[in-house]
Amino acid sequence: MLNLDHISSNPLLPEVKEVMIDAVQNDYHNPSSQHKAGEQAAEKIESAREAVARLINAKDPKEVVFTSCGTESVNHAIKGVAMANRDKGNHIITSNIEHNSVVRSLKRLKSQGFKLTSLPVDTNGQVDPGAVEEAITDKTILVSVMHSNNEIGTLQPIKEIGEITRKKKVVFHCDAVDSVGILPVDVQLLNADLLSLASNTYYGPTGVAGLYIRKGVKVFPLLEGGAQENNKRGGTENLIGIIGMGKAAELAFRDMDKRLEHLQNLKKHFLAELPKYIDEYLINTTPDRSLPNLISLSVKYIEGESVMLMLDEDDIGISTKSACASGSLRASHVLVSLGLSHADAQGTLVVSFGLDNTLQDIDRFLNSLKHTVETLRNMSPLYKKKA
Amino acid sequence: MYNEVVMDHFKNPRNVGEIEDADGIGEVGNPLCGDMMTIYLKIKDERIEDIKFKTFGCGSAIAVSSMLTEIASGKTLEEAKNISNKDVANALEGLPKNKLHCSNLGADALHMAIQDYEDKKYGKSRSEPKDKEEHQHASGDNCYCPYCDVELGESATFCEACQRDLEEEH
Ligand code: FES
Repeated sequence: MLNLDHISSNPLLPEVKEVMIDAVQNDYHNPSSQHKAGEQAAEKIESAREAVARLINAKDPKEVVFTSCGTESVNHAIKGVAMANRDKGNHIITSNIEHNSVVRSLKRLKSQGFKLTSLPVDTNGQVDPGAVEEAITDKTILVSVMHSNNEIGTLQPIKEIGEITRKKKVVFHCDAVDSVGILPVDVQLLNADLLSLASNTYYGPTGVAGLYIRKGVKVFPLLEGGAQENNKRGGTENLIGIIGMGKAAELAFRDMDKRLEHLQNLKKHFLAELPKYIDEYLINTTPDRSLPNLISLSVKYIEGESVMLMLDEDDIGISTKSACASGSLRASHVLVSLGLSHADAQGTLVVSFGLDNTLQDIDRFLNSLKHTVETLRNMSPLYKKKA
Repeated sequence: MYNEVVMDHFKNPRNVGEIEDADGIGEVGNPLCGDMMTIYLKIKDERIEDIKFKTFGCGSAIAVSSMLTEIASGKTLEEAKNISNKDVANALEGLPKNKLHCSNLGADALHMAIQDYEDKKYGKSRSEPKDKEEHQHASGDNCYCPYCDVELGESATFCEACQRDLEEEH
């Protein structure tokens, strides 16, 4: 399959596979064991931690906690801060276009008596940092805003928000699951106190992710048990996954500029060529303030699931955000927040590139898309051919 | 995700298009996801001589439209009135549970098109679209909305998922 759905997952890089296979064959010891073999396993975890710390410019590797997925990382940050700071206040600020792991965690806290302020976004999907500042009260214990949006790719003004939270002494969590390893993310520059990241975003394995917790920030653990992860997450570590994640972090750090350039070229080519193939569409991504590897476009008069299915027949994988394709049959809260009409939201496709894609792949996709759109529009009661 | 019959109708939909001087037109919207289906009929001697559809919707909605036109084609109006949503879903050899509501579009649009034809012909005032439908308890205790097939609470008189009133006794 021609994979243009990298936002869902990425293939493992060969070097990552190699260290993981080696780990499968040789590493089974419990890093908490006190014998030599256990210590060696613990050392591997620590060197993976160093690689991840370097990738996000954490001062001390101990500030990185390994989790099982991005969702756990977000739950840990949000619920952990809320529980640990209840005596200080009960107010949390977020945006209207967060990932469901943030949305649902906050909904849970709301039912437990916390107060939420969810900030609107503009038509590009951006939060106004000024609105964050205005929303902060003396009861505010946390601000959580995502680095990049997984549906439309918008990058938020995190640096500006971080300056405000630092000035106001409010804890700042940034969900950077779709950014870390794709473009430079520096926790010092962003003033992030907590930051969520995931290994499969940057060609590491699924089932392993991380949470950065700045030294001195009070967070309760989500999983309690043993003293693993510097007492921040109980439970035996996913040794093989963590080894893979560390290798992937090392490679992402090393190749960052090269990868970025490749992805930007693909995106540029896509946006330049698209008008030659189809008309009447919206690009839901501000090209210069968005992820280099993602384009969200809403094709008018047709529905996304049927586009996805037809492209699948051509052996091309993309994803869609149409209501029909969602379990709940409701339009995505992100698209609604942008102010997209219901009908336009129905035709929303998410195309996401990766290191394995070429310019020819983009052309092949566009060709296929053209035919698909023609076929579906001919079937659509909303479409009137222009004379 | 879909079975072969559904995929076949999705990939090679039968009877796509419009009929210029249609004798009856039925248009319905899906209350759940907001999609749309239009059915065009050409009637001769109270028989469906030609039928065409246009659909804005998911793979299932397109397959349903296609299968419906195939079932209805050549039928007398009385026979066509008896085609139910279930018949279409069965002919497609089943749809995923969360897609059953798409099959409601099909028969509804057909019945509306027949109604439109009869209204024109006999000058009947257009009767209100039925907004209540009876449904029986499926075996077991669970109860499902007859429109969108979402599971309902014990004595619900309103389906939250598709926002429709229901018969009180269900
Ligand atoms: S038409 Fe929307 S789910 Fe089928």
